[in-house]
Amino acid sequence: MTDLTQEQVRERIERRLAGRHRVEKTFRGLGIASIAFGILAVVILFSDIIAKGSGAFVQSAVQLEVHYDPAVLGIEQVDEESLTWANFTGVIREALRERFPEVSGRSEKRELYSLVSTGAPFKLRNRLQADPELLGRSETVWVAADDDVDTFVKSLSDSGGGFRGRTSDRMIRWIDQLLASGELKKRFNSNFFTNGDSREPEQAGIRAALVGSLLTLLVTLALSFPIGVAAAIYLEEYAPRNRWTDLIEVNINNLAAVPSIVFGLLGLAIFINFFELPRSAPLVGGLVLTLMTLPTIIISSRAALKSVPPSIREAAMGMGASRMQVVFHHVLPLAMPGMLTGTIIGMAQALGETAPLLMIGMVAFIVDVPGGVTDPATVLPVQIFLWADSPERAFVERTSAAIMVLLSFLIVMNTSAVWLRKKLERRW
Amino acid sequence: MHKRSLSKKLLAASLASLTIAASQAALAARDHISIVGSSTVYPFTTTVAERFSRATQFKTPVVESTGTGGGMKLFCQGVGEATADITGASRRIKQSELDMCNGNGVDVVEVQVGYDGIVLANARTAEPFELSRKDIFLALAKKVPDPDGSETLVANPYKTWKDVNPALPAHEIEVLGPPPTSGTRDAFAELAMEGGCKQYDWIAARKKQDKHAYKAICHTMREDGAYVEAGENDNLIVNKLVASPKALGIFGFSFLDQNADKVQGSVIEGQSPTFDSIADQSYPISRPLFIYVKKAHANVVPGMKQFLAEITSERAWGEDGYLADKGMIPLPPVERRQVVADVRKLNALTNLAKQ
Repeated sequence: MTDLTQEQVRERIERRLAGRHRVEKTFRGLGIASIAFGILAVVILFSDIIAKGSGAFVQSAVQLEVHYDPAVLGIEQVDEESLTWANFTGVIREALRERFPEVSGRSEKRELYSLVSTGAPFKLRNRLQADPELLGRSETVWVAADDDVDTFVKSLSDSGGGFRGRTSDRMIRWIDQLLASGELKKRFNSNFFTNGDSREPEQAGIRAALVGSLLTLLVTLALSFPIGVAAAIYLEEYAPRNRWTDLIEVNINNLAAVPSIVFGLLGLAIFINFFELPRSAPLVGGLVLTLMTLPTIIISSRAALKSVPPSIREAAMGMGASRMQVVFHHVLPLAMPGMLTGTIIGMAQALGETAPLLMIGMVAFIVDVPGGVTDPATVLPVQIFLWADSPERAFVERTSAAIMVLLSFLIVMNTSAVWLRKKLERRW
Repeated sequence: MHKRSLSKKLLAASLASLTIAASQAALAARDHISIVGSSTVYPFTTTVAERFSRATQFKTPVVESTGTGGGMKLFCQGVGEATADITGASRRIKQSELDMCNGNGVDVVEVQVGYDGIVLANARTAEPFELSRKDIFLALAKKVPDPDGSETLVANPYKTWKDVNPALPAHEIEVLGPPPTSGTRDAFAELAMEGGCKQYDWIAARKKQDKHAYKAICHTMREDGAYVEAGENDNLIVNKLVASPKALGIFGFSFLDQNADKVQGSVIEGQSPTFDSIADQSYPISRPLFIYVKKAHANVVPGMKQFLAEITSERAWGEDGYLADKGMIPLPPVERRQVVADVRKLNALTNLAKQ
């Protein structure tokens, strides 16, 4: 004890202190390195997706001088029935032949016709329906180019060489002519936001999937939020602490960790096979996702309730409030920000979920935008999955573009969760 | 007080709306065709579904991609609104599946719609392969005939393609292909592997004695890493091939067609995989594609007959049809006419299909 001089003690402490500082620095460095790694991964992921997907927001279009010739269309007046029968394909072909009068022969004509999308006649149909006066007149319209043409044109500007794919020499000559005269341009791809799925990449869009996702989430929210909050309030405020509540707590935590495909199997067995709800419907999708998000909401709601200090409850009780009044007038409003945060995070999880929907038939080709919770629908992540599996080259960029849309929704949801917490949170 | 009533109202409203929605669903009859089945047939049935809904007043059929086997299960569940009307298959229906169907009271109508070629491809940066089915079998089977010529089987000793056939490059054997759950894998085993396997007379002779043993010899892929199960996504295999130029990949012809700038198909028995060589069946590895139709639904679900007429129309499945554009190989004209006649027989009513 006494054989150390003051000098020696100081020396020892300084030596140790230097070591401790070193360890602390290393630890901090490791922390920064792991965050940097995370950020790097995110940057690589995002830049890859954006580089691949940004092309999908523009689409090559061809300018055509179309003549709504009643003789070609085969109709005399514009009404619902004649529009169904009218030969708009003929009008498009006529316009293409007029633009390239030198084309002759069957196979050459086939190639010429394949320059524009097979969806072009429907565009003319919609225009004529909107304005019946056009019958017998001419107008200049932009129609979408075929996906092979589109892929070729986009690869041109990238590297100079260009991906030929299935485009023939003749077609490339025509494309060059059209490009030079400004009759072939890349325009904003509104189809991507207004259409449902399609086998033709130039007509495929995310609207049906987006609406399907919204409907599914609506069902999920309408069910999982009230049920989750009610369960959390009961467990936290009313339930006695005994073996049963312990068992329930363990089970809730277990459920939160169950692989989501299991909920899909459950949904197939209960909702579809037993209750005979329709397949591929957002209603069933929402029910299945409710099962999946409930544990998340219950756990976060209980944590939010726990963080309300007991003094609030005691004060309210002291003023003569009943238990229910205590909960609904004081505890619940204070815990609400935490509950909402948990709910939003649960919803974001549900938005990105694919596996359970596989079992209940939502991995499907949906063209029509669903109008209600029992209409056949698909969701955004499933749409991404289906496009990623498609052979057509033009779906590659659409896959990435759909990922961008999904990611932006997730970012908005998660940011609003953080914002809500910041704004409404009360510290004690 | 205010908050309380609000949350109560919200809860009541949400529950009420769901109950209404559920009861409506139970009452309403299905007004769209429901199609399940193979992911290989999916691009073709969806194309037809889209064109069909545009040309007619019917709702667009809902097409699910469930795989051939999964589709059969759903399809054969029984007759009724909740079951699928049509299933796509990248191989013929199995006897066991047909029994299951019939056991559940489902009458099945078979419609062959076309062919699909299976290609073995490698990256464009590498030399193209010229293979025979025997080479494929020797390179990929788990057990192969003893290289010393005796009629016994040994564990596959071949490490490089050169070991299999001196004319091939000295690369290590690495083939990326689909997992056993895939219909493409079944078809590959049956057409390519068995095609090479039965060229050994003494193995072919076993077919008569013990069918199962014969199948086990011919269809079992090696598991020592030379055959890599690369998942069901063919785009993924294409991208992996670009990254490793020495590997070969197994996938459907339409993916080769769309990625011709990245990968090239191997020549098999003197035939390179092209649209024409698959159509005239000179390319040896092509398989039939089917759809199976539930007879009891043909007159009940709106648009069924018209849909069948559309998929068997010349503008869809003909040589210049839109399905050919999507990479499906059409049947020969005579067979097409035969199928159309068969499908008509199912339709006692006159054809209502609109232009």
